[in-house]
Amino acid sequence: MTETLTETATPSLTDPRVLRGIELTWREADLLDRKEYEAWNALYAEDGLYVIPIDPTTTDFDNTLNMVYDDARMRGMRVTRMTEGHAIAAVDSATTARTVSRFVPVEVSDAEVVLRASQVLVAYKRGRHDLWAGDVEYRIRLGATPAEDLIALKVVRLVDSEAAVPAAGFLL
Amino acid sequence: MTIEITASNVYDLAPADLVQGDRVAGRMYTDPEIFEQEMTRIFEHTWIWVAHESELPKPGSFKSTYVGRQPVIVSRDRKGAIHTLVNRCRHRGASLCEKRTGEANGFTCPYHAWSYSLDGKLRGIPYPEGYEGVIDKSELSLKRLRTESYGGMVFATLDEDIEPLEEFLGDVKLWIDRFMKQGGGYPIKVLGTHQFTFGGNWKIQLENTTDGYHFPIVHRSWMASVDAETADMMSFMTDPEATTHDLGNGHSVAQMVPEHSDLDADDGTEKLQDRFDDLIDDLRAANLSDSAIRKVILAMHGTGFNLNLFPNVSMSAAFFRVLRPISVDKTVIEHVAIGPDGPDEVVGPVNRARLRVHEHFQGPFGFGTPDDAEGWDRVQRGAQGAPEMPILVNRGTAREKPSPEGWPTSHVTDETGMRAAYAQWKQMMSDD
Repeated sequence: MTETLTETATPSLTDPRVLRGIELTWREADLLDRKEYEAWNALYAEDGLYVIPIDPTTTDFDNTLNMVYDDARMRGMRVTRMTEGHAIAAVDSATTARTVSRFVPVEVSDAEVVLRASQVLVAYKRGRHDLWAGDVEYRIRLGATPAEDLIALKVVRLVDSEAAVPAAGFLL
Repeated sequence: MTIEITASNVYDLAPADLVQGDRVAGRMYTDPEIFEQEMTRIFEHTWIWVAHESELPKPGSFKSTYVGRQPVIVSRDRKGAIHTLVNRCRHRGASLCEKRTGEANGFTCPYHAWSYSLDGKLRGIPYPEGYEGVIDKSELSLKRLRTESYGGMVFATLDEDIEPLEEFLGDVKLWIDRFMKQGGGYPIKVLGTHQFTFGGNWKIQLENTTDGYHFPIVHRSWMASVDAETADMMSFMTDPEATTHDLGNGHSVAQMVPEHSDLDADDGTEKLQDRFDDLIDDLRAANLSDSAIRKVILAMHGTGFNLNLFPNVSMSAAFFRVLRPISVDKTVIEHVAIGPDGPDEVVGPVNRARLRVHEHFQGPFGFGTPDDAEGWDRVQRGAQGAPEMPILVNRGTAREKPSPEGWPTSHVTDETGMRAAYAQWKQMMSDD
């Protein structure tokens, strides 16, 4: 082969900044399965957004109807709802186990890592297993140390976002 | 004659005998045979809501949905007429359209490419020589349902013989007119649709949109998350003006916020909610007059009532709730967000705010819907026990009186609307 392999702009999974991003997404997934919502919310930047759109192709969340479109204010109220004990769906919520994998680094800089991944979540409640599958986009703002890394954007695009899904007492 | 329902006769009684005015048997939620009868006796013999006209904005627009369990396409033809067509090729039965909404010149079956026009006429058959002397294309149009509209609400029926839609709606029409005033001077359009399933019978949801009683209990979490003004607006539990009317034919209206029942009846004394201050600034910047702004802002939470139409749609405050029975213990619900349709500099900021209000309560991750769904799931599970034991819908029977219009009326937390729906159910399910 005479062709020389050139350095592409595609970031590598082994880039330490990418690994920091992946580590944060796994920490988040663990907190959500354990329903540690206050610690979960602390992973988000103050201007961070947590979105579950209905239209899988949209990026204009402002002008479309979403399942979740949370800024810091809504996330704070959501954490209260999930933890204060008045929401009967949250009090008796399904037990969840989720896997986030098939990471694709999209953009990497010293300031920010953008990742795509897939998430498969099984929710069990009262004899029923529900499957929640989808693509997830993460925009992670890198801090001075890994402990200061924050989620600036998380978008969960469900494979069945435009169909009827169960009403949920947990978060994706 | 009322038959006493007991453990030994509950499975022998005809379905109509299970509705006894102020109580219904739990078997109504759990018996698959009753469900099968409902799908034909009710869903194939009354007007079923299929679309809002804004979902079919131009010639060629279509939407696929269901009438009971039958898949249908609602389409707008080149002349602007709306049709409801059974989504089933006349050849071998394949579904023609699996897209939820879109635009098309017609519908072509993917199996053998029989093609149909927007009004359902069979236009083309590939390799037609095999059908020479066999079929007449004019006799093989898609099965078309009667389709009629009122106030932008499109209904269809499989029954050629029932009364016209407007007769079926009767006094409901006045309330549809009021509901549509939430455009604040603009027509209403659909902004988006949440869909979710719950593991329960469709009638549990039919009851719920006329159930003011559950609101502060099931929705305590939502109430705690909204501003004080909104929470106060929804504090109707002891407000004597908050009433439910039985409008006939199974329909009812529950007025939670009676001062917003007629949004045009504004005397100017109500303070606009602080939460909309930024929106008001946007509308001023768009050169909207103060009176026009006031009209739009007062309508941000929709109208002050839930208008419950038997059997499948509710015009609920600021959205449409649509139910679709799947099986005796599974139902799909749609929460259709609506808002004004007008120039973008005005309706853009209004509808962005309306979408956020809708997301806050509705949908599979809203602060309201999942708690409702948990309650309904519990009803389905609990009703498996003691099927002869009545489900009580008797709240307020002692204080139910006719309104000046002659509508049976009680407090909004009472179960007048459920009794109205079950009376219609009983009539449609009886053999007489």
